[in-house]
Amino acid sequence: MSGDAVELTVAEALERIGAGDLSPGEWFGSYASRDDAVAAYLWRADDPDSAPVESAASGPLAGVPVAVKDIFCVEGLPATAGSRILEGYVPPYTATAVERLLGDGARILGKTNMDEFAMGSSNENSAYGDVLNPWDTSRVPGGSSGGSAAAVAAGLAPCAIGTDTGGSIRQPAALCGVVGLKPTYGAISRSGMIAFASSLDQCGPFTRDVRDAALLMRSMAAPDPLDSTAVGIPEGVELPSREDLSGLRIGVPRELSTDAEGIEPGVREVFERMVALCEEMGAEVDEAHLPHAGHGISAYYVLAPAEASANLARYDGVRYGKRVPADDLDAMYEATRSDGFGDEVKRRIMLGTYALSSGFYDAYYGRAQRVRTRIAEDFATAYESFDLLITPTSPTVAFGLGERAADPLAMYMSDYCTVPMSLAGIPAISIPAGLARPGDGSTGPELPVGLQIAGPAFSETLILDAAHAVEKAVGFDGAAARGGGS
Amino acid sequence: MAEELSGILGHVETISELDLEGVPPTTHVEDLVNVLRPDEVKPSLERDRALAGAPDPAGDSFRVPSPQA
Repeated sequence: MSGDAVELTVAEALERIGAGDLSPGEWFGSYASRDDAVAAYLWRADDPDSAPVESAASGPLAGVPVAVKDIFCVEGLPATAGSRILEGYVPPYTATAVERLLGDGARILGKTNMDEFAMGSSNENSAYGDVLNPWDTSRVPGGSSGGSAAAVAAGLAPCAIGTDTGGSIRQPAALCGVVGLKPTYGAISRSGMIAFASSLDQCGPFTRDVRDAALLMRSMAAPDPLDSTAVGIPEGVELPSREDLSGLRIGVPRELSTDAEGIEPGVREVFERMVALCEEMGAEVDEAHLPHAGHGISAYYVLAPAEASANLARYDGVRYGKRVPADDLDAMYEATRSDGFGDEVKRRIMLGTYALSSGFYDAYYGRAQRVRTRIAEDFATAYESFDLLITPTSPTVAFGLGERAADPLAMYMSDYCTVPMSLAGIPAISIPAGLARPGDGSTGPELPVGLQIAGPAFSETLILDAAHAVEKAVGFDGAAARGGGS
Repeated sequence: MAEELSGILGHVETISELDLEGVPPTTHVEDLVNVLRPDEVKPSLERDRALAGAPDPAGDSFRVPSPQA
């Protein structure tokens, strides 16, 4: 019975609970009791050292077990953001996004592993070890929200939340074969979400299907007096119901699909199938142009590190987190930050401070901000002719553990297709589109490929509706990753 | 690490090829100007809870080593 409960989507389980066929405790227990074979969690709800987190007894998500990326503060639970510098830190307040889920009745299953301060695309930058891809445990789950994606894929949670700065929800969702939505910038409050790059960071859901993503969005998207950039989704989020794509104009930007840097043949093939499918389903499909999108990675790796270098100045060993004692104040700062931060975080702080230094500001930061404008304009122009744009989510399927760890630039390219939407602040979803052989010639299992569907700002309802229709037509089966047949 | 940073900067410098004359910089993507709220006094985090996570609290303060040891 409990194994059966793990196969249900959130909406299906809520229906069974409503009909009296499943108890919320049994549902929660079926996840909480499973062995975490992919190392998705840093903390689980059965930890006797933590006080239980209270949630509302009733509400639209009553009893829904949710996994929370360790970047979100929850009062009384540890929050490390994958960093040694926050080892042992227990925040005194709860992130608004989590507060809203708890207020609607959701229950926290655990805190999930992640790349340190959300900087990475493989989860290998966590100070607390690797997360394994449930489809092939010799491979990465993607990142930075690798733990959240792997938890949902492996049947360790029916849903999870994560954050996306340049692809950190969509890319791991694609690599793990689950649904991941990066909402419009400003849709969900960032209060209590540990900051990486504040003009880009956004919270979003991981789920097994599109309908569940809509359920979580309806709970989390709202204005918040604690985050002046949070405006919610003015027209709300409707539950998806679309069966086809008739009447929709869908654009295919070559720059982020067939011409994307490093795209694997297997990914291209699945994507081309998706383009044909969209046409069969009644959409008017045509080529779109995003002439500056190819410069997204370059602009992003100036802007995001620049913002990070300012945001991470707060980890100084004074108010919370780790301190490495030393004789004087400067030596204490240096010892604490040298010891507390991992290599990728140090790399980005150095890149960011360099890009912001007076002699180089115009050449790097100033230019990157102007490229950002160009990329946003490209999207605005495209949306004059198209309702939605589709691309592969990531140029490759899940790569091997260690394969890109020594080459930061190769790692950054994992976000080639997702970074432009982040720079423009627009929403995009990744849904499983099928399986493909990895481009590295391995003879292992076929691996998930994600389809990215992007729309203009605050078009979440339309994106979810179209994604729901495509999802039904694709009929992706993720049971293998949950450790068995359905 | 120096080599890695040079590699990344080399890639980033491809944006110097673009003609960006007259393009305004984007600082944020939202159509928001001066988000204001009523100026009401509200309770903030209590002092003992704010100090609870400090590596070296001292009374009502955070203690740090001397700037000139």
